[in-house]
Amino acid sequence: MSLERPYLDVPGTTIFDADQARRGYHLNQFCLSLMKSANRERFRADERAYLADWPITEAQRNAVLDRDYNRMIALGGNIYFLAKLFSTDGQSFQHVAALMTGMSQEAYAAMMLAGGRSPDGNRYVGEKK
Amino acid sequence: MARISAGVTTSHVPAIGAALDNGKADQPYWQKVFSGYEFAKRWIAEQRPDVVLLVYNDHASAFSLDIVPTFAIGCAERFQPADEGWGPRPVPVVEGHPELASHIAQSVIQQDFDLTIVHRMDVDHGLTVPLSLMFGQPAAWPVRVIPIAVNVVLYPPPSGRRCFALGQALRRAVESFDADLNVQVWGTGGMSHQLQGPRAGLINREWDNRWLDRLITDPEALAAMPHIEYVREAGSEGIELVMWLIMRGALDPRVRVLHRFYHVPASNTAVGHLILENEP
Repeated sequence: MSLERPYLDVPGTTIFDADQARRGYHLNQFCLSLMKSANRERFRADERAYLADWPITEAQRNAVLDRDYNRMIALGGNIYFLAKLFSTDGQSFQHVAALMTGMSQEAYAAMMLAGGRSPDGNRYVGEKK
Repeated sequence: MARISAGVTTSHVPAIGAALDNGKADQPYWQKVFSGYEFAKRWIAEQRPDVVLLVYNDHASAFSLDIVPTFAIGCAERFQPADEGWGPRPVPVVEGHPELASHIAQSVIQQDFDLTIVHRMDVDHGLTVPLSLMFGQPAAWPVRVIPIAVNVVLYPPPSGRRCFALGQALRRAVESFDADLNVQVWGTGGMSHQLQGPRAGLINREWDNRWLDRLITDPEALAAMPHIEYVREAGSEGIELVMWLIMRGALDPRVRVLHRFYHVPASNTAVGHLILENEP
C-alpha cells in the first residue's frame, strides 16, 4: 500500500513529506551549511564554486542560483531549510513569501495587513472562488 | 511535589524576535502585537514560575535531515541561541533543568512515549521568541526551561490525539517529581499561516477563533482533528497548532481563561495567545 497523501489537492501547496525529503536531502543540507558564518562568506564570494561541493542535481543548482523558491520547493526543498539561504541574502520570510506568490512585496504586505489571503476558493484545486 | 500551575500558548514568529532585537518594537505595526502581551508580562512577574516546559518546533536549526525526532526533550544544563543564517539572536543563554528533564524523560517513556533525549542542541526562534514575548529583554531569563521539540516540519507530525496524550503524561511526570517547583507548560507556534508556494499568506480568522474556543472548552474532541484540516483551513504551517494540544493535555479538562489575544498579521502569520489556569 502506498502512502496516504490527502494533501495533493490543496492548491499552491507542497507538503514536505518523506518523498520530498528524500528528493531534497542534499539541497536542504546545503542550506543548513549556511548556518555557519564562514560558510556564508565562502558562498557569497563564489556561489557556483560553493555549490560544486554539494551532490545536488543541475536543476536544483540552477534553482538556487536563480533564487527560484517555488522551483526549489518542487525539487524537494523545505521552506525552513531554504530560510537559511534567504537569511544569508538578508531577506525576510515575508519578502520570500511575496516572491513565491508572484506579488510585489508591497502588495503582499498590504494583503497581510488587510487580513491575509482568504481560504475561500483556496481549499481545493479547481474550487470556484 | 512539583505542580503545573498554568498553560500559555503563543505564536513564535521570527519577525517578532527581529523587531525586538532591532529596536522596532515601538513601531505601530509591532505595537499591535506586543500590546497583546502586556497582561502576560505583568502576570508572569507575579507568578514567578521555576520551570517552563516549552513545547516548540525546531525549524531545521538543531535537527538537520540526518535525524528527525518526532518528540525530543532537552536535558542539558544550557542551550545556546542558534545561528539561523543571520547570526544568533542577541538573547540570553537558555538555562535548562537537567534533573527535572531527566525525570520527565524516564517517567514519560515508561508511560509509552518514546522521547528522544538530547544533551546538546541550539534553540532557534521557535523557543526564544516566546521567551522574549513573555519576559521582554532581560539580561538573563528569569526561569529555567525544558525544551520539548516536536517535529512539524517533515510530514506527518504526530497526531493531535498523540500530542494531547503526551500533555497528560507530562503532567503525571511533573507531579511525581519530588521537589516543590512551580511549573508552567507553554505551547507555541501557529496560528493560521502558510509560508510557501503560491498560497502563501493564507489566514483563516474564523477557523482560528473557533479552534481557540474548542481548545479551551472541548480539547479532547479537538485533538481528533486530522492533519489535512489544518493544512486546508489554516495553511501548511498552521499544522504547528498540534503543539498547543500538548499544553492543553497537561491541564485539567476545565480551565479558566485569564487572557486571550488574537491579531493579524505578524509578518505572514495570525498571532494567538492564551493564558489558562486550572479551575480552583
